[in-house]
Amino acid sequence: MRDGTRLGFILLLTPLVLWLTLLIFIPHVDMFLVSLRERVGVGQYDTSLANYHTFLTEPLYLWTFLRTAVMSVVATVITLLIAFPVSYYIAKIAKGRLQSTLFLMCLIPFYVSELVRTFGWMILLRETGIVSNLLQWAGLADQPVEMLYNDAAIMIGLVYTSMLFMVVPLVTTLESLDDAVIEAGYDLGGNAWSVTREIVIPHAAPGIVSGSIVVFMLSLGNYLTPTMLGGKDSLWFTELIYSQFIVRFNWELGAAFGFMLLFLSSIIVWGMLKLTGQTLEKTMG
Amino acid sequence: MIPSIPQSRSLRALYGAYIALFFLYLALPLSVVAGFAFNDSQFPSLPWEGFTWDWFFGDTRPKIGVFHERPILRAIGTSAFIALMVSILSVAVGLSNAFLFNRYDFRGKGVLYVLMLLPLVIPGIVLGISILVFSSTVANAAWDAAQIDIEALRPGLVLVILGQFSFITTIATLVISARLQKFDRTLEEAALNLGAGRLTAVRTITLPYLMPAVIGAVVVAFLMSFENFNTTLMLVGSDAPLTVAMFDRLKEGSTPLLNAVSLLLMLGSSLLALAMIAFQRKK
Repeated sequence: MRDGTRLGFILLLTPLVLWLTLLIFIPHVDMFLVSLRERVGVGQYDTSLANYHTFLTEPLYLWTFLRTAVMSVVATVITLLIAFPVSYYIAKIAKGRLQSTLFLMCLIPFYVSELVRTFGWMILLRETGIVSNLLQWAGLADQPVEMLYNDAAIMIGLVYTSMLFMVVPLVTTLESLDDAVIEAGYDLGGNAWSVTREIVIPHAAPGIVSGSIVVFMLSLGNYLTPTMLGGKDSLWFTELIYSQFIVRFNWELGAAFGFMLLFLSSIIVWGMLKLTGQTLEKTMG
Repeated sequence: MIPSIPQSRSLRALYGAYIALFFLYLALPLSVVAGFAFNDSQFPSLPWEGFTWDWFFGDTRPKIGVFHERPILRAIGTSAFIALMVSILSVAVGLSNAFLFNRYDFRGKGVLYVLMLLPLVIPGIVLGISILVFSSTVANAAWDAAQIDIEALRPGLVLVILGQFSFITTIATLVISARLQKFDRTLEEAALNLGAGRLTAVRTITLPYLMPAVIGAVVVAFLMSFENFNTTLMLVGSDAPLTVAMFDRLKEGSTPLLNAVSLLLMLGSSLLALAMIAFQRKK
């Protein structure tokens, strides 16, 4: 490199390196070190795996962890199933103005804070809410129905909140599928089902993977929706992290929880990429 | 199932109905939030007690409107300040990153690119606590070493800004990179041939070309910061931004005041989003 470009290179590299080391890399290493500390006295710490041991032996912690993981997977699958036909409609069936309007209508709810969206579901689902009143009016219920504070409400909220992150990558990949390829599938004797399975889904695979990764991540790390829509029996793992850090001030255990959450999400993201032969650069970038 | 392939009418009707139902589902929560902002009642729920503007402009108890509710106004100000700082910082670093990855080939570029993407796959709450832990380690070390109390490293505005910056920068980088990749390098070379220096060429040719992406990145960063909850919650100090302030109120029970704030938020962010789209169309 010439001297001029070399200087430019260093100037451009510095902010990137500072950002990644000071705000991402070192904080995570530090969090890991804190999670390995065990308080043995006032201001005295030993290095041990005690916090991870607590995590594995306390049934509530482990159970919440697994529950959060399973429910996030379920939320991802439901989101995919709901979003796929809609994305296909936007990408392949709607044309011109209708197409861009529908796509924009998918985006708009997500320019609004997640808090507002969750608040909307609370108004709809609570005992004095719209759905309960509607059911009574229709004669399907004879008293107010409480639909908040359970796992189904959490699921509705999670799916709603993540919908955009599934629709956008799906529409983008489906749009790049040439109509002629679908027609060829029919000409060769395929029907709607076999064409979808053999042509459309394989083509949309990158979109499905990146959408699923983002939705899974957002569900796993969600705090607001489970807290507002879930009941006292539907604990989310992020709520445990919050309570260890802010309420109980047990940072050592909280850091261990944080690390477990990070570990779980990394394993699943990595597994999904490996399983489908995608890379992070291709799905995110 | 594309228009050129004939389908039975009932199947098409069924598909259309599904799409209609989907958009109803999308619109429902937001419409009820907006609607109940005008309910003349203490609670954002049925029965409908009549139409009122009080939750926006009311100035007497119990119906104090948004524009007379000091804590909410202050929270909006805090959020706007944070969002402004985050968008300036993240777009500046994002611009620099985009040039780095687009213009230079160096050892470890691939690895660095993957590292740059990582903040997107780290749960927001984990980003928040890791920064909280690290900043307090530094603050404690500074205190032990020299009895200096670094206020900025305790939960508060600075940490919230850094926490949001840590992942919004990735998004800014991606938005700007996408446009820079489409840039025709020969235009810059033409400027160099005509006697411009390298910096002049970038400033007069490349940056104007990137402007729509830069504006887009600023708007996206601003909105993401304004809405962020998870990372912010872990790093917040005494000045709560709007999402955290609203969350605290919502836990205590809601009044249509929150609906009014939400409606204003919806209007604000859709206006911003539409303005951005209009701007990019014009280019």
